[in-house]
Amino acid sequence: MDTTLSVDSTEHGHGPAKGLGRWFFTTNHKDIGTLYLWFSLLMFLTGGCMALMIRAELFQPGLQLVQPEFFNQMTTMHGLIMVFGAVMPAFVGLANWMIPIMVGAPDMALPRMNNWSFWILPFAFSLMLSTLFMEGGGPNFGWTFYAPLSTTYAPPSVTFFIFAVHMMGFSSIMGAINIIATILNMRAPGMTMMKLPLFVWTWLITAFLLIAVMPVLAGVVTMMLMDIHFGTSFFNAAGGGDPVLFQHVFWFFGHPEVYIMILPAFGIVSEIIPTFARKKLFGYASMVYATSSIALLSFLVWAHHMFTVGLPLAGELFFMYATMLIAVPTGVKVFNWVATMFHGSMTFETPMLFALAFVVLFTIGGFSGLMLAIAPADFQYHDTYFVVAHFHYVLVPGAIFSIMAGAYYWLPKWTGHMLNERLGKAHFWLSFIGVNVTFFPMHFLGLAGMPRRIPDYALQFADFNAVASVGAFIFGLSQLLFVYNIISCIRGGERATDQVWEGSHGLEWTLPSPAPYHTFTQPPVIK
Amino acid sequence: MIKRVWLLPWIGLFLSLPAKAAWEVNITPGATAISREVYDLHMIIFWICVAIGVVVFGVMFWSIFHHRKSRGAEARNFHENTAVEILWTLIPFVILIAMAIPATATLIKMYDNTDSDIDIQVTGYQWKWRYQYLGQDIDFFSSLSTPREQINNEAAKGENYLLEVDNPLVLPVGQKVRFLFTAADVIHSWWVPDLAVKKDAIPGFINESWAIPEEPGIYRGQCTELCGRDHGFMPIVVEVKSQADFDLWLADTRNAAQAQAAAASEEWTLEQLMERGEQVYNTSCAACHQATGQGIPGAFPALVGSPMVTTDIDAHINIVLHGKAGTAMQAFGAQLNAVDLAAVITYERNAWGNDTGDSVSPQRITELQQ
Repeated sequence: MDTTLSVDSTEHGHGPAKGLGRWFFTTNHKDIGTLYLWFSLLMFLTGGCMALMIRAELFQPGLQLVQPEFFNQMTTMHGLIMVFGAVMPAFVGLANWMIPIMVGAPDMALPRMNNWSFWILPFAFSLMLSTLFMEGGGPNFGWTFYAPLSTTYAPPSVTFFIFAVHMMGFSSIMGAINIIATILNMRAPGMTMMKLPLFVWTWLITAFLLIAVMPVLAGVVTMMLMDIHFGTSFFNAAGGGDPVLFQHVFWFFGHPEVYIMILPAFGIVSEIIPTFARKKLFGYASMVYATSSIALLSFLVWAHHMFTVGLPLAGELFFMYATMLIAVPTGVKVFNWVATMFHGSMTFETPMLFALAFVVLFTIGGFSGLMLAIAPADFQYHDTYFVVAHFHYVLVPGAIFSIMAGAYYWLPKWTGHMLNERLGKAHFWLSFIGVNVTFFPMHFLGLAGMPRRIPDYALQFADFNAVASVGAFIFGLSQLLFVYNIISCIRGGERATDQVWEGSHGLEWTLPSPAPYHTFTQPPVIK
Repeated sequence: MIKRVWLLPWIGLFLSLPAKAAWEVNITPGATAISREVYDLHMIIFWICVAIGVVVFGVMFWSIFHHRKSRGAEARNFHENTAVEILWTLIPFVILIAMAIPATATLIKMYDNTDSDIDIQVTGYQWKWRYQYLGQDIDFFSSLSTPREQINNEAAKGENYLLEVDNPLVLPVGQKVRFLFTAADVIHSWWVPDLAVKKDAIPGFINESWAIPEEPGIYRGQCTELCGRDHGFMPIVVEVKSQADFDLWLADTRNAAQAQAAAASEEWTLEQLMERGEQVYNTSCAACHQATGQGIPGAFPALVGSPMVTTDIDAHINIVLHGKAGTAMQAFGAQLNAVDLAAVITYERNAWGNDTGDSVSPQRITELQQ
């Protein structure tokens, strides 16, 4: 049967429900994807405002705008919101929208659970944000919440934080189960594993990482809860407990978590670069193997976050070598992207610009990661702004740029309208300049000796801090352009063709633009 | 002519920059053999990254320039090459091994804590450091000495703003100093870049590290593990002295400790205690309870009008000496001497309108401590 016929069929006769109920009770993967994406945009702007508050305070030495206790709440909330509220839900939203139509499935495998996975999140984050208004203030112990600062010495609101983290964990685990079930069971006939688009592959691996480590996070916060309220001493040295145990358990979750936030980004970029280079992705199979090896290695490197806690020499060496090893598969990915561009026929629409910036700036973040892996040198870098620069390079122009690239890439498919390229490019260039002006000087600050998470600093750090703050405001304000672009693309614009981009390949581009409410109710034929 | 006038302020700004700006971009080679080795490692890995970056980004930008559709480039149809893929897996692997060898050698040296000349126990407290010279009968606390007015922008900031302390750690030059790190409350981390020593101070653990400072001088560092409200305000200052000066310092410090003990048996008037108490309060108590005694609601209790400081004296002395388990209230009995304890308790009972008129003598503290 002809695919285009089946996707156009509306013989079941149900489109979206009317009114607000559509969004509360929907089980449609596209609606839920949209909800996730709007939610993550809202959280991105919320977490961004907190970042701007931090940068405003750090514009000059001295305490000007906020007191240290509030500053600590801002750094903590900024991290938690960006990781759990912005980046992860954005990737889940993209997965919800794109995975079923990339594998030729009518919907996600478990649509009702899908609705629940999303609707837990607004409650979890309302709960977490409400702690800022509680007596004693919100969590102030950093997004890594090291015990005993987060247990014995924590504000009373920590209990609410723990419950919020539990809820986020439920949401992530259910989302991951759904994605795995969809990819493994709902592929159209002929869509073999090694024909899956790379975005689907990277998400499959990410979902396994989520299922493996979110329970570990739930475990560690439960141990905190027991220490705080039920008289245990998991992390309390005075009761015979072990504060370092917290860090081992946390980072056993935390390091794979880092890859949870970057593997789907690899997938998005691997979709975009071939489209705009008009050339097939170089080394598809090695991309799949590289992603898998990064995921496996991510379980063996957690203690590189802990080089200064006093690990034995053998432990330091093991974690140093294992960490350095990650550079190999990561390098393979970067080389493959460059080889895809090599002898292509490139054009530079907004999604491509973000994808190219991703390759360059993520690689810079990778370089500083390699430097951090060298344990003796890490003693000088650890917990300084060098680390802040490193992880912001992999998360902002890494994960966030890939999400923006993906949003611009698929927006015409979602809305049926092409986006305004001029505004898109303006958003790109402002973001690109803003990101580098913000985070590049942080390398220098860290190397010159500025510790992270301090509300005030010595005078020799004043100049680069001022520069970084200016950059942060450029980057932050230019995101308003992103919001404007999305809204104006939804409301109108040049009609998008089915294929949208000249070089695009894959099932999603065989569908009409905008994609109908129900797609692939009959499985497509894969050649 | 007119066009150039607007440039003048910019030129002026540019000229004034070197005078006050510190655009430091790299880590310090430091003051020990180890710190120089670490610096060298850092520079090697940095240049390796730069070289890889030049090659990768070079090919990328060359492709972006030459293989553009607007220049008429047509896409070729290759998408696999096993030989190339194996090659660019193996080459990074070899580079990494070359890098791992010197890193391992340096790390092994850094972990050799044997044969020390002096052992110093470093204990992290919220938000100060305690230095105990083991077997030397020297034990003191080191807190930030930058006045609060500078932090709150009410006074001009000094040259060593936030990097100055009341009692620096003093070390002899050329001796192997072994540090033993632990903490009394939460996790702290002791970092002095010039010594290339950064080690976490963890409650219930003793971590080790060492340094042989080669040049007399003053080296500054900071706490690098988030440890609560004043994490940014607990610097480290290390003063490296010649052996003779160090011995002199040892003797002076011991004498000063004895003088302190003698002062505890003297008579102190309410005014004297109040005056001293205010100083002690501002260094040891004001970070939490605030200089106004108002505390921070929900986090640190107010002392103004608090029953704890206006009613039962013994309960008040008890909580200051022994702290309160499960809270940030520390046991100051071990941190302050009898005079300071008496003074600060007296101050809290009479300042900010508490006006109980109570005066606590150092002798009373000494008795309770025995």
